[in-house]
Amino acid sequence: MMPKTEAEVTGSLTEQSPQSKRESVPRPERKQSFQTVSLDEVNRLYTPADISEIVFDSEIGTPGEFPYTRGIHATGYRGKLWTMRQFAGFSTPEETNRRFKYLSQEGQTGLSVAYDLPTLMGYDADSPLSEGEVGKCGVAVTSLADMEVLFDGIDLEQVTVSQTINAPASVLLAMYLVVAEKQGADWKKISGTLQNDILKEYIAQKEWIYPIRSAMKLVIDTFEFCTNHVPRYNPISVSGYHIREAGATALQELAFTLRDGIEYVEWGLRAGLDLERFVPRISFFFNAHNDFFEEVAKYRAARRIWARVMRDRFGAQNEKTKQLRFHTQTAGVSLTVQQPLNNVVRVAIQALAGVLGGTQSLHTDSYDEALALPTDRAALLSLRTQQIIAEESGVANTVDPLGGSYFVEALTTKMEQGALEYFDRIDAMGGMVEAVEKGFPQREIQESAYQYQKALEAGEQTIVGVNKYQMTAETTEVPILVIDESVRQHQIERLDQVRAKRDTGAVSRVLDKLRAAAQAGENTMPATIEAVREYATLGEICSALRDVYGVYEEPAI
Amino acid sequence: MSQSSRKIRVLVAKPGLDGHDRGAKVIARALRDAGMEVIYTGLRQTPEMIAAAALQEDVDAVGVSILSGAHNTLCPRIVSLLREQGMKDTLVILGGIVPQEDIPKLKAEGVAEIFLPGTSTQDIAKFIRENVRERD
Repeated sequence: MMPKTEAEVTGSLTEQSPQSKRESVPRPERKQSFQTVSLDEVNRLYTPADISEIVFDSEIGTPGEFPYTRGIHATGYRGKLWTMRQFAGFSTPEETNRRFKYLSQEGQTGLSVAYDLPTLMGYDADSPLSEGEVGKCGVAVTSLADMEVLFDGIDLEQVTVSQTINAPASVLLAMYLVVAEKQGADWKKISGTLQNDILKEYIAQKEWIYPIRSAMKLVIDTFEFCTNHVPRYNPISVSGYHIREAGATALQELAFTLRDGIEYVEWGLRAGLDLERFVPRISFFFNAHNDFFEEVAKYRAARRIWARVMRDRFGAQNEKTKQLRFHTQTAGVSLTVQQPLNNVVRVAIQALAGVLGGTQSLHTDSYDEALALPTDRAALLSLRTQQIIAEESGVANTVDPLGGSYFVEALTTKMEQGALEYFDRIDAMGGMVEAVEKGFPQREIQESAYQYQKALEAGEQTIVGVNKYQMTAETTEVPILVIDESVRQHQIERLDQVRAKRDTGAVSRVLDKLRAAAQAGENTMPATIEAVREYATLGEICSALRDVYGVYEEPAI
Repeated sequence: MSQSSRKIRVLVAKPGLDGHDRGAKVIARALRDAGMEVIYTGLRQTPEMIAAAALQEDVDAVGVSILSGAHNTLCPRIVSLLREQGMKDTLVILGGIVPQEDIPKLKAEGVAEIFLPGTSTQDIAKFIRENVRERD
C-alpha cells in the first residue's frame, strides 16, 4: 500500500483555502503566565532546542547505569515492582498491630510505623506533656513492652519495616533490634529503614530534642552500629517530604534534601566510617505533590545529582555508593477537607508521578487525612490505588517512559542546576549544620510557603473545591477515625506494670552507663540497647541523654 | 483609645507537642500584612505559657494553631486561663485539623471560631477585625 498523501490525511482541510490550514495568529492563551505548583514558569512548548545542551549518554543514559537519571535498575519495575508501604500508626500498639496485619493481608508489601507525638519527642505516655496527645497522630510506644505488642506475630526477618522516628531514633532502633532478637531473628538478615533524619527536623518538621551537633552524633552512632551489626538495614531516610510539606518548592525540597545527604556523608567520614560501606545504606524520601512533570523531573534530577556528587565530591568507586534509592509519599498538604473524595484523584496522580520517577517504595495518602487519621476503608482504597497503577495502567511495563521528553529532560536539567546553586550557597556558609544554625533553609521555606498562600488567595493557583468550584452544602459525609483519651489510660497501665516488674537497680545502672558513653563521646548504641533490654522507658533514656547534651532552643527566624 | 487608632494585637500560639508551624507562620505574616501587630509564641507552649504571654502582650485576640488532634484538651484550658486572669473579652480562635463534631463543643467552651484547612487568610483577618472588642 502506498503511503497516504498529506491531502488524504488532512481530509476536509484540503477543501479550505491554503491560508486557513495553519493558524496565522495563534489563539490567545488563557492566562498571562503558566506556573507549576512551585510557582516556576513553564514554557508553551519544549523542542529539541531546549535539550540541545544535554548529552544523551552522560546525562540521560541507560537505566541501571551512571548517572542513573533513568533509574538504578536496568529492568525497572519489570524486575521488581516498588514496595507498597503504607505509613500506619494510631492509638495503642494492639490497634496498630491489627492495622498492619489487615494491610498485609490485602497485599501490602512492607510496613511503616507512625509514632505519636510523645514518642516522637521522647516523652513517656504518663508525662504531663503527653496529655491529649497519646495515640493521636500515631502509635504510642513508651517501652520495649509496647514494641513487643506492636510487632506481635510479625516476622521481622521476613518483612521490611520503616520507622518514622527522628530525635529519639536510636532508642526506637534499639527497641526494634531487641524485639527482633527476642523473635530469634538474625540482625544480619533483618532489613528496614529508620527515618533518623535530624537535619530536616531543625529545617522543617521541628520535632527535635537535643542541640543539633549532639543530635548529629547520635545519627552517626546508628550509622556505625548498623554498618557493623545490621548490614542490610538503612539507618537513615534523608527526607525532603517534610521540607516540602512545610512549604518548600520542589527545587528547595530537592536541594535541601540532597545537601542534607551530603552533610551526613561528611559527618560519617569525619567519624572514620568507610564511604563505600555506609553510604549505600543511606536512603532518601521525597514528596509527590500535584505538579506531575515537576515531580517526575525532581526524582530524575535527584538520582543524577547524587551519582555525580558521590563520584566527584567524594570519589566513590562502587556503583551502589552512587545509586540514590528513595521512598515517596503523596503530599498530605495537598489534601482538602472540602469535598474529600477529590483527594482520591489527587493521590492517584501524585502516586503516578512517584512511579514514573522510579520510586523504590510508595505510600499513598488516604482521602480522609485532612480530617483525621485514615479509617480502614480509606487506607484500603489508597493501597488499591497503587495496585491499579502497578497492575492495570501499564506504566510499569517499560523503564522511565518519560525519558527523552523535551519538557521532562529540560526540567530535570533545570532542577539539577538549581540544586547545585543552592549547594554552593550552603557550602559557602560552611555546610548544612551551619546553614541551619543561621536559619537559611528555614527562611527560604517560610518565604515559599507565604508566596504560595498569596498565589492561592489571588487565584493564580487553583485548588478544586477550595478556591474554585466550591460547594456550600457538601453532600459527602466521610466517616472518620476517632481516638479518645482511653488510649492514654491503657498505655499508662502497661507502663505501670513494666515499672513494677523490672529490676530498678539494673535500670539505673544502664542509664548511668549511657550517660557515661555520651559524655565520653563513645558510640551510644550498645548502652541504649542494654537500657532497652532492661525496660528503661523512652522518656528515661532521652532524659539521660538530655542530662549530657542539653536541649535545642530554636533561634528566632 | 479607639480601635481605629490602635493596631489590633494578636498572639499566634502553637500549643502541644506538634511542630508543624507552616500554618502558624503563614497566618502570623498575613495578619501583619493586614496591619495587625502579631506576636508568635514559638513552638510547644503550654496553655499557661500562652495565657501569660497574652496578658503580658495585652493582646486583643489569641489565634491557636493545632494540627495534632489535641484541641479538645488544650483549647478549653487556654480559654479558661485567659478568663481567670481577667481577659474576659479576648477573642480566641482556632485553626487546624478539627473534626466537624468537635466544633459545637469548642464554641460552647468559648472558642469564637474554628478555621479549617483551606481558609483564606483574608477571611481570618476580617473575622478578627469584626469580632475583637472595641477598646475603651
